[in-house]
Amino acid sequence: MGITQILFWILTVAALFSAIMVISSKNPVHSVLWLVAAFFTISGHYILLNAQFLAIVNIIVYAGAIMVLFLFVIMLMNLNKSTEPLKNRWLQIVGIVSGGCLLLVLVAALKNTEVSKNMAEMGTGEAGLIKTLGRELFTTFVVPFEISSILFLSAMVGAVVIGKK
Amino acid sequence: MGIQYTNRAKPVDRSPMTWVERLYLWNILKGMAITLKHFFKKKPTIQYPEQTRTFSKVFRGLHILNRDEEGRERCTACGLCAVACPAEAITMEAAEREEGEEHLYREEKYAAKYEINMLRCIFCGYCEDACPKDAIYLSQTFTPANYNRKGFIYKKEDLLIPNPVTEPEAYQKALGTISRENQITEEVN
Amino acid sequence: MYLLATDWFFIIEKLILIALVVTLSMIVAMYATYGERKVAAFIQDRIGPNRAGPFGLLQPLADGGKLFFKEEIIPLASSKFLFVLGPVLAMVTALLTSAVIPWGSPAVIAGRTVPLQVADINIGILYVFGVVSLGVYGIMIGGWASNNKFSLLAAIRGASQMISYELAMGLSLIAVLMLTGSLQMSTIVQNQLDNGWNIIYQPLGFLIFFICALAECNRTPFDLPEAESELNFGYHQEYSSMKLGFYLFAEYINMFISGVIMSTLYFGGYDIPFVNEASWGISQNLLAFISFVVLLCKAFFFVFVFMWIRWTVPRFRFDQLMHLGWKRLVPLALVNMLITALVVLLLNK
Repeated sequence: MGITQILFWILTVAALFSAIMVISSKNPVHSVLWLVAAFFTISGHYILLNAQFLAIVNIIVYAGAIMVLFLFVIMLMNLNKSTEPLKNRWLQIVGIVSGGCLLLVLVAALKNTEVSKNMAEMGTGEAGLIKTLGRELFTTFVVPFEISSILFLSAMVGAVVIGKK
Repeated sequence: MGIQYTNRAKPVDRSPMTWVERLYLWNILKGMAITLKHFFKKKPTIQYPEQTRTFSKVFRGLHILNRDEEGRERCTACGLCAVACPAEAITMEAAEREEGEEHLYREEKYAAKYEINMLRCIFCGYCEDACPKDAIYLSQTFTPANYNRKGFIYKKEDLLIPNPVTEPEAYQKALGTISRENQITEEVN
Repeated sequence: MYLLATDWFFIIEKLILIALVVTLSMIVAMYATYGERKVAAFIQDRIGPNRAGPFGLLQPLADGGKLFFKEEIIPLASSKFLFVLGPVLAMVTALLTSAVIPWGSPAVIAGRTVPLQVADINIGILYVFGVVSLGVYGIMIGGWASNNKFSLLAAIRGASQMISYELAMGLSLIAVLMLTGSLQMSTIVQNQLDNGWNIIYQPLGFLIFFICALAECNRTPFDLPEAESELNFGYHQEYSSMKLGFYLFAEYINMFISGVIMSTLYFGGYDIPFVNEASWGISQNLLAFISFVVLLCKAFFFVFVFMWIRWTVPRFRFDQLMHLGWKRLVPLALVNMLITALVVLLLNK
């Protein structure tokens, strides 16, 4: 086992653990912080794949911006025991069924993928470096890229319009 | 217009800000130039315990009970200082001089107890003016800080000037702060 | 067998470098507190601390000792773990940034060229940016875990300030990236060695970056998150002892690091101005040391300017802060970016 493998296993265990903690923590603030931890482990995986740009953008955008907004809202909501939603038995059953369905779909989808052929290249690939990524975005994927940027622009304009009201 | 107190008065300028003022940066730079000027200015700080500020000649500080040249207490416990005191800070008890105490007290009557409450005292110097025997003076020292109120009630032992016969150096040192009285009177005369 | 194949020299070299950088940041931060008090005193026509040691040089130690011996208070109804995590995060994020900074020209030790940089990753600037954006967590977690409405409000105030100014900061950085064509810190410095400092090409960008750096470090005139004298002391109201010390310390580390980053990005990094050091013919190690000292001098200058501004300019109101950030700096940075892009495009044709 090389250092890459060791790191991979450590990161994987940490990622799974923090992901489980996200849904099992009672306190929503703890959940958010565990989610941030999960993002960090995922960024670690990106770095192992030599996708440094993706790793850091993952941290900047998700951990640095989106989760902060999550925290904002949750901290201001003043959540405590008394505001917890009622636990309906039927609701629980529905939850189990829908969760099971999702699991089934995921298993079915993953079963057909050919994992062996698309093994990730550890620490060598160049797909995640900023140069390759930029070239791809502005040549092969230029149309979807520009469309998504227009989408963001319209969202920004919309936000300003709502804010002006 | 009302009364003009100084010639530095400036009417409030309510004209809209100019472009430079609205930019804000230029004014910040001007402010920073002012603070930088202060950075290199000479500092007026006095390093207190090592250096002390020179007091004016008429500074009124902690009291001193004076002795004469032979080291005898001058106070006769007449009580004029206590009467003159507007803050009622001075209390005293008189006693008669016994046989064989002539080297201690100048006159037949002396103060057995003499207390000044420094928390009450306002350092006006009326006691000094009232004293007919030149027995009490206000020196040029502060009242030191203390942890409890008792420490601010100064007994006779705390107030008495050192004996010029037995401790001439300490006497001279303490006298140094009150000898200016004579200078002032000389100047006045 | 794998362990034998690893380049142990490399790992040891990096470990030593990390230790040195962290120690350096700590010491500089320690003496920045002293410097702050001295600068404040001099600007206010005072002398400042001069009792502990010669010129008061031991004052930071005395302050640290005092903080250590103060009583630790943890609010009863707060989340204890998060309450402790807050200052730790603030400290860690403050120290992390220094990893990608090239501290000097490479040295030669035992026949190996040792770059004075912990990690020369090809996304250097983005790394700095990412770590800065994480700095919010220290404030937010600390403010929330204090279980105090004033702390929470101050934390939210601080977080929104940092998020707002990150934006203009990032936009002003993009112009630098366009000039260099790389995100790598070492390339940016090398580019400035060859073509002159970035400040010549990017004065407006630097101004925006500088203002945003003030805001990111929570320095006056943007020190609303802590606002010592008003606003109930900000997000670390419930903190005492060394936990408070960590927060205050992190601010000074941030200040030092942002000074270093500003000199690296805009003032040629470790470049010695106005001379061609290659023609001196001195040994490379000496040159590395001199360049390191030059970088430190530049950084100290910025730290001084930070303090100078603090004791000159009063604090902004919160609406003024947001107005400046969103309606002035962001459009200005965008315009700066567009002009830079245009010029770069025209010149490269």
